Amino acid sequence: MRNLQLIIKREYLSRIRNKTFVVMTFLSPVIMVAMVMLIAYLTSLNNDEEKIVGVHDVSNIVYDQLQEQENTVYLNLSYLDLRTAIDSVDKKEYYGLLYIPSGETDAELSSHVEFFAKEAPSNFFLSDLEQKISGVLSNRKLENTGVNLATIENSKAQVNIKIENFSGQTTSKMASYVKMFFGGAAGYLLMMFIIIYGNMVMRSVIEEKTNRIVEIIISSVKPIQLMLGKIVGTSLAGITQFFIWIIFGSILLFSVTAIFGIESTSIQGQAAATAINQDEMQLFINDVLQLPLGTITVAFLIYFIGGYFLYSSIYAAIGAAVDSETDTQQFMFPVILPLMLGIYVGFFSVIENPHGIVATIFSYIPLTSPIVMLMRIPFGVAWWEVLISLSILFATVFLVIWMAAKIYRVGILMYGKKASYKELFKWLKY
Amino acid sequence: MKNLLVAQNVSKSYGDYKAINDLSIEVPAQSIFGLLGPNGAGKTTFIRIINQITMPDTGKILLDGEPLQPSDVQHIGYLPEERGLYKSMKVGEQVLYLAQLKGLSKKEATKRLNYWFERLEIGDWWNKKIQELSKGMAQKIQFIVTVIHQPKLLIFDEPFSGFDPVNANLIKDQILQLKEDGATILFSTHRMESVEELCDYMALIHKSNKILDGKVSDIKKDFRSNTYEVGISPRKQQEFIGDLKQHFEVTPAHYHSIHDDTKLHIKIPDHSNANDLLHHLISLGEVNHFVEVIPSVNDIFIKTVGQHA
Repeated sequence: MRNLQLIIKREYLSRIRNKTFVVMTFLSPVIMVAMVMLIAYLTSLNNDEEKIVGVHDVSNIVYDQLQEQENTVYLNLSYLDLRTAIDSVDKKEYYGLLYIPSGETDAELSSHVEFFAKEAPSNFFLSDLEQKISGVLSNRKLENTGVNLATIENSKAQVNIKIENFSGQTTSKMASYVKMFFGGAAGYLLMMFIIIYGNMVMRSVIEEKTNRIVEIIISSVKPIQLMLGKIVGTSLAGITQFFIWIIFGSILLFSVTAIFGIESTSIQGQAAATAINQDEMQLFINDVLQLPLGTITVAFLIYFIGGYFLYSSIYAAIGAAVDSETDTQQFMFPVILPLMLGIYVGFFSVIENPHGIVATIFSYIPLTSPIVMLMRIPFGVAWWEVLISLSILFATVFLVIWMAAKIYRVGILMYGKKASYKELFKWLKY
Repeated sequence: MKNLLVAQNVSKSYGDYKAINDLSIEVPAQSIFGLLGPNGAGKTTFIRIINQITMPDTGKILLDGEPLQPSDVQHIGYLPEERGLYKSMKVGEQVLYLAQLKGLSKKEATKRLNYWFERLEIGDWWNKKIQELSKGMAQKIQFIVTVIHQPKLLIFDEPFSGFDPVNANLIKDQILQLKEDGATILFSTHRMESVEELCDYMALIHKSNKILDGKVSDIKKDFRSNTYEVGISPRKQQEFIGDLKQHFEVTPAHYHSIHDDTKLHIKIPDHSNANDLLHHLISLGEVNHFVEVIPSVNDIFIKTVGQHA
């Protein structure tokens, strides 16, 4: 045990003292925040562009009702004939020309509205315009049939179906997306973590092998101790990095928003504009709070431990089997494959039906279960399902560690021999 | 004399390949024991078994009369043939880490490292990284790592390969000093001269089998061929060779000499001795050179391996 501690300590220290590690740990949040800022800035830049739209509306049905908006200016060109109007819009490089025909019937009117533009306008812009025009025309129709608009305005009812489960928790239709987001983020994070730190374990094994120090160490400790110490030490370094990211990243984000005055209300305002009213915003926050956040966190940790040990012991065995990093290619694909499969199955079949047969099976298969089960958990999974999945996972973890230790034990003392799968299989029996 | 290390009928196979076959040796305490054999004979496998890196299929290893246990690693110091250190780790930290793995406390390890820095007359390398050291300097650190926990049994696998002559000499002196201090040393090498110089005992391993072992001086006695190297100025040049050939086996010899002698290898029959030959030679002329031909370990090695090939 004392030796295991010593190895873990050395591995941990050598990881976190590594220059690349230090740079990545402190630079990544900066890069992330900078990216977010850049994207936000570029998007706002795009929206800030002023659009001038000519309107040719001879009977003046719509033009009066079009209100000036922040970035869009409507110019009445009805005094020109259509051809000239189009030419002048083209010449002056306006955004486009909206043409409302002077139809006799409303039906004729609504199907003959046209928009002339040099380049196809954005879908957002068009649907916004369509909504406005159809609103104007609908109101016109209603007035024509003698209905008082004020009465209608007063009689409008906002319907929002609230979903309530049998234990009395209310959620909104947003909840599914929230759950998917949290599940997906957890699964994706787990995969990234496994790949990054699994690779670190592998590189460290290769380093000891090429340094030729490994024989000196295993004359003092058992190879499995060295392997486990390496895996645990590296995972601790990973967890350290993860926590630094979270702390550093949130400090950075807060200070940046404070300095540049980007208010979170503007995001809320946009959300409101896309037809989410205040009630729904409230429900959204409720959704997040009502997620089994505690369960998700605990599940993340347990599945992380299982998944990480499973994959990093495979990585360690690969590291032991090769002489240099360039030889690892042939073994890498079978390792990455189940991880990618887990992610895709998660994103496609869990969204579709979190309790469907495909999602369920993949949340039992140990190579994919850490990712898929994590994605399913926000939707509520029976405890016994989690128990089965975890039992299979940890039974496999012990089996794989045992096998990896055998390959590792033989592999670290093999030089210059290119290991094939057949060879690895033979090592299991030594 | 007490044996520190005893191997009893040790065998080890890798698949169909038999790396060691029924090997038994006894290494007396406070001696230097040479394990000799061509490359691929099974020396490294055997050493790894002693270090408990590999488990034998059959057979037993006794250290100080007791079967080998996992805790015995602290009594063994091992310098493998394939050796190295963490390149980006500092010397002090690295040696302390490896010494702690051998069971030393950090405090004790620090004290001993400073002692060895002095003993090998190297400066304060505590905070230097291995990659900043020259190869010779790194080899000294490697040696310290092997001996710092004061093991009863020291195992050197091809210790002089990769050491430059100056460092090789330094290490040789240190090994002899360690023996004086009470350590038992097991050597594995295919370089015969080092056995001549250092070893008290030896075992020859060839194709997984032990083909010879014992005290080096005894083995040499066994391999003596009763042959003497002689330089003589005969009085009667013509009859002299013929006369000799009647009594002995005579072949020409080659060695450097300041005399213009006839140089011969003369083998005497089992029933006579050196004095008989000398008397005979004196009667024939003036003897300037008379020495017994002692087989070198190299000769013994080649001869024995040839017999078993």
